[in-house]
Amino acid sequence: MDTITLTIDGQQVEVQQGATLLEAARELGIEIPTLCYHPDLSLHGSCRVCVVEDVKSGRLLASCVAPVNNGMEISTNSSKARVARKTNVELLLANHPNDCLGCDRNGSCELQDITHDLGITRVDFEGEKRDLPVDASGPSLKREPNKCILCGRCVRVCEEVQGVSALEFTERGFNSIVSTGFDLPQSEVNCANCGQCATVCPTAAITEISEVDKVWAALEDDTKHVVVQTAPSIQSSLGEEFGMEPGTVVTGQMAAALRRLGFDKVFTTDFAADLTIMEEGNEFIQRFKGEKNLPHITSCCPGWVKFCEHNYPDLISHLSSAKSPMSMFSAISKSYYAEESEIDAKDIYTVAIMPCTAKKFEKDREELVGDTDAVLTTRELARMIKEMGIKFETLADEKYDEMLGAHTGAGTIFGTTGGVTEAALRTVKEELDGEPLGRLGLGFEGIQEASLEVAGQTVNVAIANGLANASKLLDEVRAGNSKYHFIEVMACPNGCVGGGGQPLPTSKEIKQKRALGLRSIDESDSIRKSHENPMIKKLYDDYLGEPLGGHSHHLLHTKYQKRDRN
Amino acid sequence: MKSLEELRKLREKAQKDIQARKTSNKPKVIIGMGTCGIAAGAREILKAVMAEINKRNLDVIVTQTGCIGMCEKEPLLDVQMPGKDRITYGNLTTDDVSKIVVEHIVNGKVVEDLAVAKLED
Amino acid sequence: MEQSIYRSHILVCGGTGCVSSGCKQAQDALKDELAKHDLTSEIKIVETGCHGFCEKGPIMIMYPEGVFYCELTPEDMPELVEEHILKGRTVERLLYTEPNSKKSIPSYEEIDFYKKQQRLVLGNCGHMDPESIEEYIATGGYEAIGKALTEMTPEGVIEEVKDAGLRGRGGGGFPTGLKWQFAAGAKSDKKYVICNADEGDPGAFMDRSLLEGDPHRIIEGMMIGAYATGADEGYVYVRAEYPLAIERLQKALDDAREYGLLGENIFGTDFNFDLHIKAGAGAFVCGEETALMNSIEGKRGMPRPRPPFPAEQGLWGKPSNINNVESYANVPNIIRDGAEAYKAIGTEGSKGTKVFALTGKINNTGLAEVPMGITMKEIIYDIGGGISDGNKFKAVQIGGPSGGCLPEELLDLPVDYDSLIEVGAMMGSGGLVVMDDSTCMVDVARFFLNFTQSESCGKCTPCREGTKRMLEILNRITSGEGKDGDIEMLERLAENIKSTSLCGLGQTAPNPVLSTLKYFRHEYEAHIYDEICPAGACEDMLKGYVIDEDACIGCTACARVCPVDAIEGNVKEAHVIDLDKCISCGACVSKCKFDAISQA
Repeated sequence: MDTITLTIDGQQVEVQQGATLLEAARELGIEIPTLCYHPDLSLHGSCRVCVVEDVKSGRLLASCVAPVNNGMEISTNSSKARVARKTNVELLLANHPNDCLGCDRNGSCELQDITHDLGITRVDFEGEKRDLPVDASGPSLKREPNKCILCGRCVRVCEEVQGVSALEFTERGFNSIVSTGFDLPQSEVNCANCGQCATVCPTAAITEISEVDKVWAALEDDTKHVVVQTAPSIQSSLGEEFGMEPGTVVTGQMAAALRRLGFDKVFTTDFAADLTIMEEGNEFIQRFKGEKNLPHITSCCPGWVKFCEHNYPDLISHLSSAKSPMSMFSAISKSYYAEESEIDAKDIYTVAIMPCTAKKFEKDREELVGDTDAVLTTRELARMIKEMGIKFETLADEKYDEMLGAHTGAGTIFGTTGGVTEAALRTVKEELDGEPLGRLGLGFEGIQEASLEVAGQTVNVAIANGLANASKLLDEVRAGNSKYHFIEVMACPNGCVGGGGQPLPTSKEIKQKRALGLRSIDESDSIRKSHENPMIKKLYDDYLGEPLGGHSHHLLHTKYQKRDRN
Repeated sequence: MKSLEELRKLREKAQKDIQARKTSNKPKVIIGMGTCGIAAGAREILKAVMAEINKRNLDVIVTQTGCIGMCEKEPLLDVQMPGKDRITYGNLTTDDVSKIVVEHIVNGKVVEDLAVAKLED
Repeated sequence: MEQSIYRSHILVCGGTGCVSSGCKQAQDALKDELAKHDLTSEIKIVETGCHGFCEKGPIMIMYPEGVFYCELTPEDMPELVEEHILKGRTVERLLYTEPNSKKSIPSYEEIDFYKKQQRLVLGNCGHMDPESIEEYIATGGYEAIGKALTEMTPEGVIEEVKDAGLRGRGGGGFPTGLKWQFAAGAKSDKKYVICNADEGDPGAFMDRSLLEGDPHRIIEGMMIGAYATGADEGYVYVRAEYPLAIERLQKALDDAREYGLLGENIFGTDFNFDLHIKAGAGAFVCGEETALMNSIEGKRGMPRPRPPFPAEQGLWGKPSNINNVESYANVPNIIRDGAEAYKAIGTEGSKGTKVFALTGKINNTGLAEVPMGITMKEIIYDIGGGISDGNKFKAVQIGGPSGGCLPEELLDLPVDYDSLIEVGAMMGSGGLVVMDDSTCMVDVARFFLNFTQSESCGKCTPCREGTKRMLEILNRITSGEGKDGDIEMLERLAENIKSTSLCGLGQTAPNPVLSTLKYFRHEYEAHIYDEICPAGACEDMLKGYVIDEDACIGCTACARVCPVDAIEGNVKEAHVIDLDKCISCGACVSKCKFDAISQA
């Protein structure tokens, strides 16, 4: 491809043809503020904050969408560009609540940052402001249209990455808003609750529904025995909330912080992930041998499950009936754990720290209600730690508590795309062939596939992350021409490390660093196979009996329901 | 539509139908349709003219006028060929129409025995 | 069967304007009357498209005489048939009367409204049956596409259109041939041509009239565009509010397919082409070409950033050429008669004719097609018959909500793309709203901004938020709440919206404000600083009227016309207005012959 040479702020730069002015400027290390632009999404060009001046014509160009041309002379900071940029931010502020102090995103708000960076100290424009009700119908996400700056990132992520299109622009002109179909409450639409919208929202127009207060109350209630489980992916993302590099493994500090918060027992969902492998792995072996309900499709991701129920209800029988690790953990915490610890199950309050907003929905599903008592996102946990005044970065490492704190590398990699597949195959391969699984060599692409020989037969597996990618695989299954035996689906890009409850900001690069953090835990773990987890063995020996046995079936498996497409 | 020739043939045929909307340089037949003319049978004359024109596929303007003061000679019919004098025929019967159309309009010869007046244009 | 020749054709206007003034009822009455006199085999009724003179509808033209009757009612039909058809006598009372000379004009060509027009694009409108493909062919229709396909290369067609100097009639005035060249140069297995018939400017209806009155001309223009650019499929995007246009266009498409003019191997060549109609829901922004394409694709009608231009990535990502209805309508003439003949009309930079929709305080409203370069004065006074009710001209708004308001000093301005831009207006789609001295220019700016604000798609910040703030300021000024700094704030916002908006709608939205600020700034200042609306139009600002004692001679004319008896005084003595009673209707002002009454 040809290259283009142009000058930006007096410096010459050579970039690929088709690059945008924004990309060319970043090549030179010149930062241009943006709001509607997001590196993982299509170009929109709507906020007009990134305008720069084309010196020869005197015209202002939106740098995020304007392509480079040979010989262009661009000034990113001419007074014309600066005035226009400030005016457009002021126009947004003139229609924004500007109640930063009480705002969920105070400190992580891009509009607030830009206002500060551009030196805007007052807004000259006055007049009507949008006055629309908050939609907190939940169960996962809250929409506050008054804080929306109509950048359309949520609309784009929902359509382009997830293929859900639960959000769309409606109305015109000043009355434009982002809303659901027919303006229905969030709880009544085809939303998967994945929360990707919340992770790309530059303001607090979309946030998780907070359960922090509920958890504080439980912690302060002496009659409650409060146990906490932390999802695998939290270990390599929570540190970001305290200024650490993405991917920094903070398992030990996290356990310490949770104890400081007052949880009676600090456990890990990694344990339950191993349990899921035991159940789901055996379920797959059964289906594979009996050639029934293939491809087998994973069901640990609640966003994916709801998406499937809305869009592929005819394929529900392909979903694993195994509960997710979170729900298995919660069920075990109120049965086996209660018995072993001699605590009345009704006094046990189980909190799950999840990278995920859809887990809040899973908790409330009629099939699962009562298992988990509260779900906090990574962000909510960080907020509690900050509120307690804990200096997270100075904490000394501590360990999970015994019993439900035992974990393996297999359980840990559940937090990244392909992890469930790899963990399952480690167990399946050994179970059937008596020899360990070789390298699968999985990366981060949206759809990946692998083939391996098991019991003299070829097993074809496919892995999708992002619901739009999942649809591609599912359409094949529906059409009857899928060659796969096992399909893993994670609703969020890169899996749980890219979850809707993870720290902000986020990008492909950040998500990959978190995934590498989890891989490093797996690689350094002494036990890397679920079936070798000593507490899992003990659980089956003492309590459950066989995987897929009657007791397991009752405690650890669930059902799904057809939902409208609306 | 396979060729320009095909289009042009179609056009010639279609033009015939809208020729009444072109007014210049065409022979004109003017029929006296005052009360006196209608009473003397002008309607029948007009119909005969139309039939004759249709039969011979001629491009002629047929129009009408009111009483021109020669009521005793009604029905009256004028023929005006482009650039020629306007000839008035009078005391007509429908049988005369064919002759006027053939002789005067087609062949350009005034039917002297039916003509009652000549108007210099 | 040999078709019979009718001795007379009665052309009845069936355009939307005439339909709403009752042409259907008049036509039915005419049919009944003809049947009663046994004339149906002699007289042919042809329902045509719009004649443009909608003010005077329903309209009929009688051939072969070419007599123009207007403002007809069903009750007029017996007399019309008896007198005109049977006896050959023109019915004087139904003729058009010139508003100034009060003379009746029998012949269509002699009416002032038509005399100065040059109807090339509208030539067939009102003179043929738009539902008859044969009539279109009879007027030379489809000759141009035949010629292009069999005698010209696509490059040759593009050269001809470029040479003719045709520029986009939808508003921007971009050279059509150049646009075609870009689309032709794009490499792709699939290309589209699109006709933008999402006519949205308030008061403009030339596209509707063309589609209703001469739909085959648009189809032929699009075919030529498709051949030139290498497209084999097209869309006509029409507002759903134009049902008659859609119906006629659909009929035209069906007929063209039947004649093999659409389909495969047209004129025996390897050119294949077919067309679809897409009915738009009527959002103004869908007239913006990228928003229009989104709408065809079934998405929300929001503009996309350009580049990439439609010629590179248009409909469904494929190279697409998009022109407006009137632009396509010019094309057959150019190809059939050649660029030389075409460019003999017009000015240096603007060739051919332009259709304008005349509305407002003018005697003859309607559609007028004039050669480029004609002066505004000629359009308004010669064709439009001057200002109605004998009032004084104040301004003309040209180019719709994206255009500008021009004052009396610019009446001699030649109307073409470049001179209009120079004075802060634009050709737009050709809306011309004439305003008299009772119009408040701040209120006019407010009206147009209110339109663009409510029609903004809401995508980009400056257009969505900025026009709202401008509108709020204008609302304040016109309700008497203006304050120092408002004009400067308007200018700051206008500049920002113009230079940073995503699409043409936003970039041109401030034009009505900027042009009125340029030519009528004193009116803004009067509202803000003197708290007075000089035109007396802003109701919230009226505080009643007062009589100048020295100028009043006591004629009592004002007292007699006052509807609330607010004026008192003896004959031949100065009168006084009771401001508590005065409702600021202004009736007294127009009656006073001595300029003695003014706003309080």
